[in-house]
Amino acid sequence: MRANCWEGKKKVRVEQVPDPKILNSRDAIVRITSTAICGSDLHLFNAFVPTMEKGDILGHEFMGEVVETGPGLKGNLKVGDRVVVPFPIACGSCFSCQKGLFSVCENTNPNAWLAEKMFGHATAGIFGYSHLTGGYAGGQAEFARVPFADVGPLKVPEGLTDEQVLFLSDIFPTGYMGAEMCDIQGGDVIAVWGAGPVGQFAIASAKMLGAERIIAIDRFDYRLRMAREKAGATDTINYEDINVLEALKEMTGGRGPDACIDAVGLEAHGHTAMYAYDRAKQAMMLESDRPIALRETILACRPGGIVSVIGVYGGLVDKFPMGAVMNKGLTIKTGQCHVHRYMRPLLERIQRGDIDPSFVITHRLQLDEAPHGYDIFNNKEDECVKVVLKP
Amino acid sequence: MATQLESRPETVGFENFEYGEPDRRQNEAGYQQTRSQDGNAEQLARFLGWFSIGLGIAEIVAPTQLAEMIGVENKPGVFRLMGIREIGSGIAILSQEQPAGAVWSRVAGDMLDLALLGSQLDSDNPERQKTLAATMSVLGVTAVDLYTAKSLSQQSNWGRSRSRVNGGRRSPRDMVESGSGIKVKTAVTIGRPIGEVYGFWRNFENLPRFMSHLLSVEVDGRRSHWTAVGPANMQVEWDAETVEDRPEELISWRSLPGGQVDTAGYVRFRQAPGNRGTEVVVEMRYDPPGGVVGASIAKLFGESGQEVVTRDLQAFKNVLETGEVVHSDSSIYTRAHPARPPEEKELEKSRLMNTEGAVR
Repeated sequence: MRANCWEGKKKVRVEQVPDPKILNSRDAIVRITSTAICGSDLHLFNAFVPTMEKGDILGHEFMGEVVETGPGLKGNLKVGDRVVVPFPIACGSCFSCQKGLFSVCENTNPNAWLAEKMFGHATAGIFGYSHLTGGYAGGQAEFARVPFADVGPLKVPEGLTDEQVLFLSDIFPTGYMGAEMCDIQGGDVIAVWGAGPVGQFAIASAKMLGAERIIAIDRFDYRLRMAREKAGATDTINYEDINVLEALKEMTGGRGPDACIDAVGLEAHGHTAMYAYDRAKQAMMLESDRPIALRETILACRPGGIVSVIGVYGGLVDKFPMGAVMNKGLTIKTGQCHVHRYMRPLLERIQRGDIDPSFVITHRLQLDEAPHGYDIFNNKEDECVKVVLKP
Repeated sequence: MATQLESRPETVGFENFEYGEPDRRQNEAGYQQTRSQDGNAEQLARFLGWFSIGLGIAEIVAPTQLAEMIGVENKPGVFRLMGIREIGSGIAILSQEQPAGAVWSRVAGDMLDLALLGSQLDSDNPERQKTLAATMSVLGVTAVDLYTAKSLSQQSNWGRSRSRVNGGRRSPRDMVESGSGIKVKTAVTIGRPIGEVYGFWRNFENLPRFMSHLLSVEVDGRRSHWTAVGPANMQVEWDAETVEDRPEELISWRSLPGGQVDTAGYVRFRQAPGNRGTEVVVEMRYDPPGGVVGASIAKLFGESGQEVVTRDLQAFKNVLETGEVVHSDSSIYTRAHPARPPEEKELEKSRLMNTEGAVR
């Protein structure tokens, strides 16, 4: 089959690779009908994440049709079922899964020892996201092997297009979890750093959850426009034009937003983090992240408020305003999205017409055009917000 | 004497007589023999150590007199050098926990002495009789050195502890931490009842199902025969005995002398708080074939002891919680491999592929 593979910094290539095989008894093989490029894929593209190997297949947002099932799947999933696959791989049986913390499943990362060196503990396996998360082949391909197929994949009802449900795999639940973590009460003002696809869904979710005012912060006017016109932001700030902290003070009568969402992550504009990779020892970070967005969320947030971090970070940060966090009594909530627990409720919202997630799509390309897709997404060219690939 | 050296009597950890039944098949007399045998070798080694030092001093202080005594040419320089060598051997024997190597070096020195004496045994030497007598003596000493060196080498590190008859009970942790080799320690919590977790581990023949480096385990009472894959895919084998077996608490083991790997370890089981299941702690040490060098090579090939044990324990958890070892597209290989599906032939070759079903 053809698959989009990582071949080095800023280099991806669609190559001919073997078809996936059933390796565990609860696996399923899915023929992929739609797949997308995620903002976190750019961290791999720009070589910020250690433990990548040339030839790794990328992609963790995908959906399609089940074409083969392992012997352990007892009729829950059948050949021909149309499914969306969540990006974290979860077993459903461990302590974490039982608690609904699917993105930290204890059983699905066979490279636990590697993750332990970096984070202290292993987290769940993830499709196509380096050997740190298990070295699973990703979904920017024609087929994918899906472990624990009776736990993750969500069956898609008739009448919904791929584009309407594809983002249940990652970015919609992620944005939603970001907003949910803000614990939105009536009258709340929410500020969202980052108007990329995840930021757009965070804004839309904050609106669904009853936020009174939602302020989108970014530097690209076209993204701020989408936030305002499609996602439901009430105000926008272009941080290249005005000072964010001052603007937020003014917009909130000096209080600060009740909750701040960081939908930016480690590649915050202007930062130059580097990681060195060492296979036999702990991965060493030579230079720390400069979490510009994260710092701002902390300084901007009203005392006693919540900072909700859904942007991806990988290593160590420098000059972190811990004093502000402690003294203002902030609550920081964060995590890789526990997609499994949001898929069904969010599918219902889509079916009810509360939201049509396809609004973020700006480019539809063939799988073979993946390298071009990465380029325009990375450079924010051609008013790119979200690229969907068709194998 | 030869039969005593060759026999491998069965032993039970003398530390734990109060736990469980001693193995009735064990040869009680054989056990006694081993203990005194070990003590013998130790005492001999010590004697040889002091003997070396004494002889060395004589060679340095009175080389001329010594040369006269054994009927060889007076070469004080040579004698003094040999004296230094003797003292070195003596110190090495007396100062090391494991003097086997130093005693072997005495054997090497004896060979040298015999060669030198032998060269002086020709008919040119007027004092041939003395030299012959000296040669006989050295041969005698060589025999003692050889016997001692062999006895010491046959014992594992733990064999030494057996000789401390009144050494008192050594805890499983002691037995690991006081030994040599690579040490690893790791822990995992498994969401299954303690009886199930203990029971699964206790049946050692289960272990290759999740321990990736084990090929097979054959159990025979308290003894077991292990076959594993070492660095660079070489196969290694050893025998082990279960030292302690406290149901739902602790299993400890150690390898027996004569195997290719020297290893010891324990696994401790404990009820986890709430209803989280069972806490499992594993600590072990092993001298891989080739010692520490072998371990470094293993790391180059991508697997260090700590990684392997961590992975094995996680695989153990996988099997008990989900029914099988969870694999990614790249984890079925021991070496680095890109995250992409395997070819058919790669899959067949993969030793790690295990879609085996369950315990339940």
